[in-house]
Amino acid sequence: MCLAIPGKVIELFPGMPYLATVEVAGVRRKVDLGLLESDMPESGDWVLIHVGFAMSKISEQDALEQMQTLIMLGESEQAMQEVRGYGLDNADEPKPS
Amino acid sequence: MKFVDEFRDPELINKTAEEIRRLADPGRHYRMMEVCGGHTHAIYRFGLKDILPANLELIHGPGCPVCVLPMGRIDDGLALAKDPNVVFTAFGDMMRVPGVQGSPLEHKARGMDVRIVYSPSDALKLAKANPDRHIMFFAIGFETTAPSTALTIVRAKAEGIHNFSVFCNHVTIIPAIRAILDSPDMRLDAFIGPGHVSTVIGCRPYVWIATNEHKPIVVSGFEPLDMLQSIVMLLRQLKAGEAKVENQYKRVVPWEGNRAALKAMNQVFELRPYFEWRGLGFISQSALRIRDSYAEFDAEHRFSVPGVRVTDPKAAQCGEVLKGVLKPAQCKLFGKECTPEHPVGALMVSSEGSCAAYYNYEHRKAMASSLAWPA
Repeated sequence: MCLAIPGKVIELFPGMPYLATVEVAGVRRKVDLGLLESDMPESGDWVLIHVGFAMSKISEQDALEQMQTLIMLGESEQAMQEVRGYGLDNADEPKPS
Repeated sequence: MKFVDEFRDPELINKTAEEIRRLADPGRHYRMMEVCGGHTHAIYRFGLKDILPANLELIHGPGCPVCVLPMGRIDDGLALAKDPNVVFTAFGDMMRVPGVQGSPLEHKARGMDVRIVYSPSDALKLAKANPDRHIMFFAIGFETTAPSTALTIVRAKAEGIHNFSVFCNHVTIIPAIRAILDSPDMRLDAFIGPGHVSTVIGCRPYVWIATNEHKPIVVSGFEPLDMLQSIVMLLRQLKAGEAKVENQYKRVVPWEGNRAALKAMNQVFELRPYFEWRGLGFISQSALRIRDSYAEFDAEHRFSVPGVRVTDPKAAQCGEVLKGVLKPAQCKLFGKECTPEHPVGALMVSSEGSCAAYYNYEHRKAMASSLAWPA
């Protein structure tokens, strides 16, 4: 539970300043940006996500390394399960081609 | 070194391990505590113990929030959800954790409306979607998760959601470290500071550990190389007779922490006068409760909580293991009465608990090799 999940900010929503669509390994979910109020990310930025909230901005390199860490720790499947579960919603994943 | 070939840069790992061996005085025994459950998990997963010199011991601290939660709190939370109008929501980690009357999952099997959420904001979403039900979120975690719970409560109030509450079990890491340092049988040399807790609280709250207690502390990342580098930094300090706070995980942890997260926590939570930690007992000002201004979202204010107290069996020596006096396998119950399948004590409850991690990696490995031994 103390491991954070790296994701890329894909879309921000005008009028909903604390919400963003974030992509984690191909899965897109909405996460809350409210805890980055003092240093708001923009579209294309990478963030570390914890229980549905972006906790810190990180570089792309660090994001890739963090994902690698999760894989090495054997936690990547659990992390993806968490991401898929955000929004109580498992439906909007891209279908495997 | 089972996992060494999985490391991204084995050469750098070996060089860092060599540096550790060079810095460690063979005439001295080092005891370093990692306070974060994620670090404990990583240490076993990567077999870091096999890389470290024999006189450098890693002690696994109280950083697994599931483990340190007193069993009675689970019974209390579940008791509130006996009302058929109440939906019990919690993270997946909580679902198999036993209370006296069984785990949340067992209550679900008996008909209670128990649901896994992956974010506190999803519990709030459930409340909006089910206006005729009361959605209670069973909140646990250190400062990494507390801000998310806080912000969810702020949102619930702003949006006027009245069928939502939080059963708050959030704890804070600093008082637990203080309790361990104050313990008379404490024999630690240094600390590996938590990674993601520190993204929120920053490094400043650790300064007293260095200045008052003269123990070095290095905030560390979770990769094997991060942890080995942190150990190098600690050994350098110990060798120079220094004690300061250093940040090995600068790429993620700012010295000042996350201001917005601290603000949200401060807005919604205040310190409880005391709180019980499984394995450590009561620690003053070590946990958070919801401020009166948000009382309508406080399940403990809104409902009548039975206040169940459950003491762990005396034979379980979780406290000694947490303080580094005993190793997991030295506890009388380890691997016998107490296993990950049937946890008796706190540290066997979650995979991030030191006894469960030790059992899953070391104990099973030892059992497998003893069984494989030709008769």
